[in-house]
Amino acid sequence: MTFLTLTRRALLAATAASALALSAGGATAQTPENVLIVGQIAEPKSLDPAAVTAVNDFRILMNVYDGLVRYKDGTLEVEPALATDWTISEDGTVYTFTLREGVSFHDGSAFDAEAVKFNFDRILDESHPFHDTGPFPLAFFFSAVESVEVIDPMTVSFTLNAPYAPFLSNLAYPTGLIVSPAAVEQHGADFGRNPSGTGAFKFGEWRSNEAVVVQANPGYWDGAPGLEAVVFRPITDANTRTAEMLAGGIDLMVEVPPVALSEFQGDSYSVFEQAGPHVWFLILNAKEGPFADVRVRQAANYAINKEAIVNDVLEGTAEVAAGPTPPAFAWAYNPDLEPYPYDPDRARALLAEAGAEGAELTFYVTEGGSGMLDPVSMGTAIQADLEAVGLKVSIETYEWNTFLGNVNPGLEGKADMAEMAWMTNDPDTLPFLALRTEAWPDKGGFNSGYYSNPEVDKLLDAARAETDQAERARLYQQMQVIVQEDAPWVFVANWKQNAVTSDRVEGFSLQPSFFLLLDDVTKK
Amino acid sequence: MTGYILKRLLSAIPVLLGISVIVFAIMALIPGDPATAILGSYATPENVEKLNRDLGLDQGFVARYFIWLGNMLQGDFGRSFALNRPVLDEVLDRFGATLILAGSSFLLCSLLGIAAGVVSAARQYGLADKAITFAVLLGISIPSFFLGMMMILIFAVQLRWFPVSGMWPIYGDRNLPVLLDHLAMPAFALSVVATGVIARLARSAMLEVLRQDFIRTARAKGVNERRVIWRHALRAAMVSIIPILGIQAGFVLSGAVYIEMVFQWPGVGRMLVDAILKRDILLVQGGVVFIAACYVMFNILVDVAQALLDPRIKT
Repeated sequence: MTFLTLTRRALLAATAASALALSAGGATAQTPENVLIVGQIAEPKSLDPAAVTAVNDFRILMNVYDGLVRYKDGTLEVEPALATDWTISEDGTVYTFTLREGVSFHDGSAFDAEAVKFNFDRILDESHPFHDTGPFPLAFFFSAVESVEVIDPMTVSFTLNAPYAPFLSNLAYPTGLIVSPAAVEQHGADFGRNPSGTGAFKFGEWRSNEAVVVQANPGYWDGAPGLEAVVFRPITDANTRTAEMLAGGIDLMVEVPPVALSEFQGDSYSVFEQAGPHVWFLILNAKEGPFADVRVRQAANYAINKEAIVNDVLEGTAEVAAGPTPPAFAWAYNPDLEPYPYDPDRARALLAEAGAEGAELTFYVTEGGSGMLDPVSMGTAIQADLEAVGLKVSIETYEWNTFLGNVNPGLEGKADMAEMAWMTNDPDTLPFLALRTEAWPDKGGFNSGYYSNPEVDKLLDAARAETDQAERARLYQQMQVIVQEDAPWVFVANWKQNAVTSDRVEGFSLQPSFFLLLDDVTKK
Repeated sequence: MTGYILKRLLSAIPVLLGISVIVFAIMALIPGDPATAILGSYATPENVEKLNRDLGLDQGFVARYFIWLGNMLQGDFGRSFALNRPVLDEVLDRFGATLILAGSSFLLCSLLGIAAGVVSAARQYGLADKAITFAVLLGISIPSFFLGMMMILIFAVQLRWFPVSGMWPIYGDRNLPVLLDHLAMPAFALSVVATGVIARLARSAMLEVLRQDFIRTARAKGVNERRVIWRHALRAAMVSIIPILGIQAGFVLSGAVYIEMVFQWPGVGRMLVDAILKRDILLVQGGVVFIAACYVMFNILVDVAQALLDPRIKT
């Protein structure tokens, strides 16, 4: 018997003060070979891709299912997956996909055009026999789809009610992942706990609040994965997740808190960083109060020291944002855009010109929420910067859901500015939902600061209808220049997602989509 | 005695009804609805309205309460929005884990607390009393979540004596030693403050009893001192210690929330925190009512135990 076991027994006896405790044994086991243990941030809601909305759940789903298309490794551009090829009609309303031959679902049923039709009818058609396996909160990603037709067993076509360019990248999003119709028919509302797809890993078991286990699918059409199995463990507390990583209880940890990154320096760990389609900004109330004047909005952009926020508050886990579109959308991003420099003198001059010196501002801050990073510290830093140029800022802090309930209906009559962050999968989504005149809150959008510029509206409508990617990109780039000049927001940061792996893990990389793809990973 | 128990059980009904109204009203009145929580950034008024309709939340406040209450009386607690599984399944799973944690912690703090209280009362102002009083003060002053984090850092990360978190290992057998291995740190961290409180109150209860005539009589009769303290005095002191244990049981149960977060124990406290943040209405309501019912039952048990021990309580 080793010294350690003895001491441990002594300790147990002292703490538990129970005779039972004396029987305890077994040292903390090292995690098994070729089984990857992933520290997740929460228990998944469901493993039905149409039913979930959280990045946390997507991390599992992307390894169990495939979509018709997927993002090319390291980019946000689509490439073939379950569809090998597609054509788009001249007017941009009919998409016809040729499907991959010889693919079957994990339950053994065949993947074909009928399966694709079943998937989209299930979430879009309220009279579909399995529509009640929902609700499907992100079904509106496909609200442009009017009908899905089976042309032949390996050809399927989607007819849209209007040209809608983001359609392909929405198909690459988890909401577009293809589930096995046979499994849905078998399990009904419990499909989310008995999932079946075509992906690199098939579902093993789900132990509530402990782990979701997936096992290698040796017949995967894109090559069998290197791992035998992956275990997703929900560990909601970031400090505990860090401790598990340090103690060897997990092999891969996502969303490492910035302050914990320094723990993982050295050869035993690898730290990964990847900028994604995320933007953190301040909504400015352009309808009333000081920010109705574009000079005051620009002054706020000059006054806030974004470098200090990303480097000191966020410990380098984000980059300074230049405009409304994150650089991760490489094809649609305008590389000529320079962020507003930190220039308090210029800010003071603009405020003087606008007669807004000493203006009083109400600032909505949240305690935390999806993609919000470190909102309280960031809000405090922003308040200090604005006060330094003579504005009087009072902060009101709200819990996330309460915050959304206050901000989404619009800031009018309540506040001058509010924090906000978005993660999207297409450059269309955020500006279309939050910058158009037609997206003011009373019209069902997220333009809570009431920004309106007819030229931006025109560009965004045109980009949505344009199926040529180069031309679409040109329209988005033009939009970014105008929006930056109009400054409806203070553009603050683009988050870099991070992850840590132990030195036993090989072949891992993060994706700009923020999905976790594990089919090329191995573990010693 | 049966009548007394029946009376106590009947008096629990309005308490539980009141709790159900309160928790229902709180969940209905706090800003933010489940649809907004589920949709996050995509919560347009239109999407929220549709999802609320799909979730059955478009009915009136009063109607929803009575539907919920009616279903619950028939044993149907509904389905959790955020976990997509029946509320009762989830609550029972989680409550089992909490009972193991809180139960062992309660056992630990009762035994240690009473023993420490008795010893320091028997040796009033002696070295043992001073040492125990100091340790008790220290224990009461350390917040349990902080103690938990420190224990993880020292005993799990540095020394690797215990696993960091969870209730069972991801791989391998599930047996008692493995469970105790996972239970040791959270149960200890959770029991520390309650041990301190029980020790202090047990000490003063004992001191009061030790000054009474029947103790002097027992000693004069020549009863062995150990027997005087552990049999005669402790039995009398238990009458005032037991209600404290009842209160501490509630304290341990509510303190379990923090400990479950820190040690990722799959218990009902962590479940409720997650559920509140996600506005998982039915899970919060069902969970709170269930816990309240258990707490009320526990208090009835304590009262009955006290009635059995103390002949002065009319049953």
